[in-house]
Amino acid sequence: MTQSKRFARLAERDINKETFVEAWPDAGLIVADGPNDPRPSLTLEPAPHKRVIEMDGKTRAQFDSLDTFIADHFLDLSVAEEAMATPSLQIARMLVDINVPADQVRRLALGCTPAKLCEIVRHMSVLEMMMGLAKMRVRKTPANQAHVTNRRENPALLAADAAEAALRGFAEIETTVGIARMAPLNALCVLVGSQTGRGGVLTQCAIEESMGLRLAMKGLTSYAETLSVYGTERSFVDGDDTPWSKAFLASAYASRGVKIRFTSGTGSEALMGSSEGKSMLYLEARCLCIVRGAGSQGVQNGSISCIALPESLPGGVRAVLAENLIAAMLGLEVASGNDALASHSAIRKSAKLMLQFIPGTDFIFSGYSAVPRRDNMFGGGNFDAEDFDDYNVLQRDMQIDGGLRPVREAEVLAVRREAARAVQAVYAELGFPEIRDEEVEAAVVAHSSDDMPARDIVADLAAADRFLEGPQDVRDVISALRRHGFPQIAANLTEMLRQRTLGDYLQPAAIFVRDDPSSPKPTFRVLSALTDPNDYAGPGSGYRLQGARWQEITALPQARSPHDFIADRIGAPLPNLHELGPARPGRFNEVIVCVGPAFGTALTQTINGLPHEEVLKAIFTGIAKEGMIARLIKAYHTSDCAQLGFTASSYSGSGIGIGLQSRGTAVIHKRGMPRLHNLELFSFSPSLTLETFEQIGRNAAKYAKGEAVKPVPVTVDNWARLRLIVKTALLHRRETEEVRDKPPQELFFDWEPDV
Amino acid sequence: MAMDDERWVDDFRISPDMLRRQAEAAQAAGFAQLAENLRRAAELTDVPKEELLRIYEALRPGRSTQAELLAVADALERDYGARRTADFIREAAAEYARRRLFRSE
Repeated sequence: MTQSKRFARLAERDINKETFVEAWPDAGLIVADGPNDPRPSLTLEPAPHKRVIEMDGKTRAQFDSLDTFIADHFLDLSVAEEAMATPSLQIARMLVDINVPADQVRRLALGCTPAKLCEIVRHMSVLEMMMGLAKMRVRKTPANQAHVTNRRENPALLAADAAEAALRGFAEIETTVGIARMAPLNALCVLVGSQTGRGGVLTQCAIEESMGLRLAMKGLTSYAETLSVYGTERSFVDGDDTPWSKAFLASAYASRGVKIRFTSGTGSEALMGSSEGKSMLYLEARCLCIVRGAGSQGVQNGSISCIALPESLPGGVRAVLAENLIAAMLGLEVASGNDALASHSAIRKSAKLMLQFIPGTDFIFSGYSAVPRRDNMFGGGNFDAEDFDDYNVLQRDMQIDGGLRPVREAEVLAVRREAARAVQAVYAELGFPEIRDEEVEAAVVAHSSDDMPARDIVADLAAADRFLEGPQDVRDVISALRRHGFPQIAANLTEMLRQRTLGDYLQPAAIFVRDDPSSPKPTFRVLSALTDPNDYAGPGSGYRLQGARWQEITALPQARSPHDFIADRIGAPLPNLHELGPARPGRFNEVIVCVGPAFGTALTQTINGLPHEEVLKAIFTGIAKEGMIARLIKAYHTSDCAQLGFTASSYSGSGIGIGLQSRGTAVIHKRGMPRLHNLELFSFSPSLTLETFEQIGRNAAKYAKGEAVKPVPVTVDNWARLRLIVKTALLHRRETEEVRDKPPQELFFDWEPDV
Repeated sequence: MAMDDERWVDDFRISPDMLRRQAEAAQAAGFAQLAENLRRAAELTDVPKEELLRIYEALRPGRSTQAELLAVADALERDYGARRTADFIREAAAEYARRRLFRSE
């Protein structure tokens, strides 16, 4: 078969490293609207009992334990009949309608069965879902969550990376372990590091449920997230839980003042081989009803670690947005995925991100890998530490608050050092294996764990075991920090504990912001569904990125003052260039060079740094080599290249003229041609060399002599425009500033070509 | 100020009253199930850590017999006055029996 070179090139693209598969409903390989999904239905026992006796096509006797839980703990029976009788299309339209408040939609959603919730979103495009998400998100201010882990489980590096992540603006930091027994130490390091970067950042350690609870009770974590739920009874049991055990766990955490959110997501049931032939979205809707029914304030959803599975199927990315939307409809805090590796293609992963980034969610990522993806122990890193600058630019481009902020290298190094030293002191005080100065220094500047010296893992694990079983807890950590000269970190940790006793951060979508950053004693303020409710109701309402926060996002360290772009193109005016008086039309066979009004005076170099004097010499040399005479005039009435060429030719005795802007753009024009037409145009000024300018002079002279002319070859560099457009605009602006109501002037260039 | 800090650090446990207040706030804002969770939590503040872990373990699928789980509920109600949580566990027991989620003997 004939082979296309284009197809061969396409086959090498990142997108073609992905797996794409056709839907197979019976295996659960269908993202939404599966042929085996039930149609929405609900029957209640008549008053006064008002109990669910039928739901989504199953009688109560046919319910599995998930159905029972949904019927008895999720559904708001006071509104269920009304909600089920309201056409799904109407509720879908309410989601998009800015005149319908979120509360009205939520009231109905809480009376909808899982199948009904799916039927509502079935009517919606991704754009409409994004509108719905912007309105239904529970917290007004969007935020972001980080992953901080490393392959070598190095404590100094964990603390330093957590500090940097906190400084970069993450509201939550999640860590986990390579070796499960290391959990208490990793949690400790991320806790200390986070409170070094910014007091009030919430931290967690993803680990087996019982261990997670023990870490929280020791004060080493301030929230828990990996309370996983599944959409079929079989997969729920395989996950070693029931809705009741999960709900009890949620209460156990809350009894110690610790925030939790559940985790679910499309694809997990199919991956576990027990989808019951149902679509991913239908099973996820069941999960979300259980999450709400169990009393979790929120959920991590958006397919999470299974993301590659829905993305292999048609409509997968849309379905993932739909599950975020359903969660928000139910009043759940949403930490919306974008965490696990989802694509090889930078285009595809960025496009997918926009579905959460643009509407905003409570946590746009769950989480963003604040370490290089090789160090991400979650299988995460769809976006990672190497994408920080890209992400900051996206925020600045779209004026969207994605939860991060640009940072300066010096401030990052400072908090990394402080955090690594603090955890070094804590290890010493608590009798853990020493963190050497060499490790601290390495952690300050490290990019990844490859930059770290090795540690004795066996000794660290033994210390982790003793720490978990022993009486020491976060109070000992605080004492150690105080004693070793880290009062600010100690104060932040103490405030985190005080917040636990208040419980405000148990409310939906809670994060902490610092009350008064100048106060030495920190107090944290809670932003939650109660204190910062989303009031989006169309343009001019809801969260608006403005004021100090917008200034912070605009201030990229890479951004330069516009003046910097042209400073080096301004020099001393050329000493050998003299203005004689008004230019006169020529009568001889000559070539006129007409320069722009800033040439050799306000500006003295072209865009790529060629001195104007050298450019003139090159052109004059070219003209002289053809035995012709050059005359130089300066236009004041225009800065436009075509106009300069037109002016040159109209004054030229031969009718041939060269227009030359200060930035170097040139044109050869012939009298009688329309103004915007030309003999040759050299618009890629950055690629013009002195040799090219000499060629331009030669060709102009040849035109004047009436010879056949081969056009000057020019390099075409489409990236030059991208790189230099700001400089181009500013140089042109400077030239245009010199425009006067003054006729072209004769210039004397005090130099003779040596030909 | 140091005294303040020490006091918070001494006992960083939330009180049942505070949890009930948070439950009321959640209820008023339309988060009924979260409120119920916080009310259960209010009953559990005095239950020791190891005890909580044992109850959680008993609620996991295939761990308990019906009698064992009901005994857990009874003990929780008797020892800590945790009536809501006990009822919640009894409800789970009924469902576990129907769906065969108890340990088989």
